[in-house]
Amino acid sequence: MSWSGIGVFIEQDEGVVEETSLEILSRARELGDQYNLDVIAFLLADNARELADKISGHGASKIVYINNPLFKTYLTDVFTETMYRLINKYRPRYLLFPATRDSRDLAGRLAIKLRTCLLAHVISIDIDPSTMRMNAAVPGFGGSIAAVCECITMPEMATVTPGVFTPRIFKNLRAELIDETEISKDLSSNIRKISRVRMPKPDVSKAEKIVIAGAGCLQDLETVKNFAKEIGAEFAVTRPVADAGLASRDLQVGSTGITLKSKIAIVLGASGAPHFVSGIRDCGYVISVNIDPEAPIKEYSDLFVVGDLYELIKILLARLRG
Amino acid sequence: MSSEPIYIVTMKVVPKPEEIVFDPVTKTIDRSKATNEINPADKNALEEALKLKDRYGGKVIILSMGPPFFEPFLKIGVSMGADDAILVSDKALAGSDAYVTSKVLARAIEKIGSPTLILCGEESSDGSTGQVPPGVASWLNIHQATYVSKVIELDLSKRIVVVRRTIKGGYEDLEIPIPAVLAIELGANTPRLPDFRRKRWVEKEFKVKIWSLNDLNLKPEEVGLVGSPSRVRELREIKPPERLRKIIENLDEAANEILKLIKNKK
Repeated sequence: MSWSGIGVFIEQDEGVVEETSLEILSRARELGDQYNLDVIAFLLADNARELADKISGHGASKIVYINNPLFKTYLTDVFTETMYRLINKYRPRYLLFPATRDSRDLAGRLAIKLRTCLLAHVISIDIDPSTMRMNAAVPGFGGSIAAVCECITMPEMATVTPGVFTPRIFKNLRAELIDETEISKDLSSNIRKISRVRMPKPDVSKAEKIVIAGAGCLQDLETVKNFAKEIGAEFAVTRPVADAGLASRDLQVGSTGITLKSKIAIVLGASGAPHFVSGIRDCGYVISVNIDPEAPIKEYSDLFVVGDLYELIKILLARLRG
Repeated sequence: MSSEPIYIVTMKVVPKPEEIVFDPVTKTIDRSKATNEINPADKNALEEALKLKDRYGGKVIILSMGPPFFEPFLKIGVSMGADDAILVSDKALAGSDAYVTSKVLARAIEKIGSPTLILCGEESSDGSTGQVPPGVASWLNIHQATYVSKVIELDLSKRIVVVRRTIKGGYEDLEIPIPAVLAIELGANTPRLPDFRRKRWVEKEFKVKIWSLNDLNLKPEEVGLVGSPSRVRELREIKPPERLRKIIENLDEAANEILKLIKNKK
C-alpha cells in the first residue's frame, strides 16, 4: 500500500481533547479538499468512542480510534508502539502532531522508529503541487527567521505550533469511525505514574487583554499581578520570571512558550529579547513600559512609556479607583 | 556490567540568538559576529548530572557533535565537574538535521557503553526542535522522559529513576526503567560555576577526545546534509509587524493614554 492522505494525531488528556489537534484538523481538511486527500484522525483514549463523536465534524474523513484505559493520560512507550502499528497499517503520507510537550515527546520518538523525517513546530503547512511534498515553515533563532522545509522520506511528519490555525466545524462532514481497539490489546506500560498534579487555569493564550511581567518586575510581582486583576486582564510573564520560579511555564510568552493574540498587551519591564517578541507579534496593540529609553522592546511597541513601571501602576490604580 | 553509574550529558554550542544577523538579500544567516555559548538547557542537564554524581557517585561524560571550536566549551563543562568529554567531529557531519544528530549521538553512546542515564537539554536555543532527546532514546530503544524539571531519585538496585516531568498546567512524577534518556528543562536548576583548581588542571592537562565517523562505523553518506531526511528550501525573515512606536516620557500623560486605550480596545 502506498503512502497517501493526511494523518492527524488527536492529543487528549483524561478525555479532554487538545485544541491544537482541532486546529490542525481544519488545515488538513482544507488541504484534503484542495488535493483530494483523505484526512485520518488517530485518537487513543479511555473514552475514545465518545470523543470521536465529539470531533467528528472538525475535518477528518476517518477517525481511527482505540478505546483503552491505558491511554487515559500520555505514556511514551505505549503511545509510540500503538501509533507505530497504526501508521504502518494506514500509511498516511503526511502525519501531523500538535507541538505540545506530550505530542513532541511522541512524534520525536516515533519519527526515528519509522526512520523518517520530522519538522519541528511549524507555523505553516502547504503542499507543493509539483512534487506533492509538504512544505512547512520552521521558525528558528528565537522566532526571527523561518526555514521552509520539506521531508524526502515518508511519512512526512511535522509538529504544529499551537494557535496558528483556527479550528472549524464542517457542517456536512461526518467522519467514518473505525474501531482499532484490538491493535493495542497486548500492550502494557513499563512507566509508572506515581503522582500527577494539575491546576486547571484559564488559557492565557486566548486572553483579550494581557499584562506581561518582565525581569524588571522581579522585585515585586504581586503588585503587577494585582494591577492585571484590577484592569480585568490576564497575567503572563517573560522567560526570566519563569526561570526564577516565580510563575508557571504555562504563563511564559515567547518562542518557547505561548503565543498571544490579545487585542491589547501591556508589557512591563521586559527588554524585548527576540524569543519573547515573537510571542506578541500577533497582538493588536502593544504598550510597553521600560526604565531604559533604548530598550529593544521600543521597536515592538505601539506605545512606549519611559519610566518606572511601579510609579505608573500607582498612578493608574489611583485614577481607576477615582 | 560495572556498578559505577555513568551519566552521559549531551552538549551543543550555540550562537546567542540575539546576535545572529539575517541577510534578506542573500537569504543566509551570518553567525560569524555572534558570541557562542554552551546551549543554556545543556548546562542545566550537566548540573543535574553533577548533582546525581554528588549523591550516588559515578562518572559524568560530556558528549558533543560539532566542529573543533566546540572544544574549549566542553572544557568549561569539565571544569564544572565532568570527568571526561568526547567530541564527535567530522567535516561530513555539517548540515546534519535532528534525525542524523540523534543517530550519531546514539552511536557514540553505544561506543561509550552501558550508560545509566543520558541527560540532554530539552532543546537547543538555535534549532529548538527538541527532537534529539527522544530521537536518541528511540535509536537506542531505551526509555525517555522529556521536560524533566528534576531527578527525584535514582535506584541502582531496582534499576529505576524517578523524575518530575512538566505537563500542561502542572507536573507528574514518573518512575521509569534505566538506562533512560532525560531531557532536562531550561532553568531546572542553577548550574555551578567552573571550579578554579579544576580549571587550571583542564587547561594544563585535560584533552577532549575526538572521534571521527570512522570511529563510529558511520559512512559520510549516512550523515550531514546528504544523510538528512529534512531539507531546507529557503530561509525567510519573519518580520515583526510595523508598530506605531509612540514614545511618552511623562507618566501622568502615559496613564491617561493607557486608560483611554484600555477602554477603547475592549
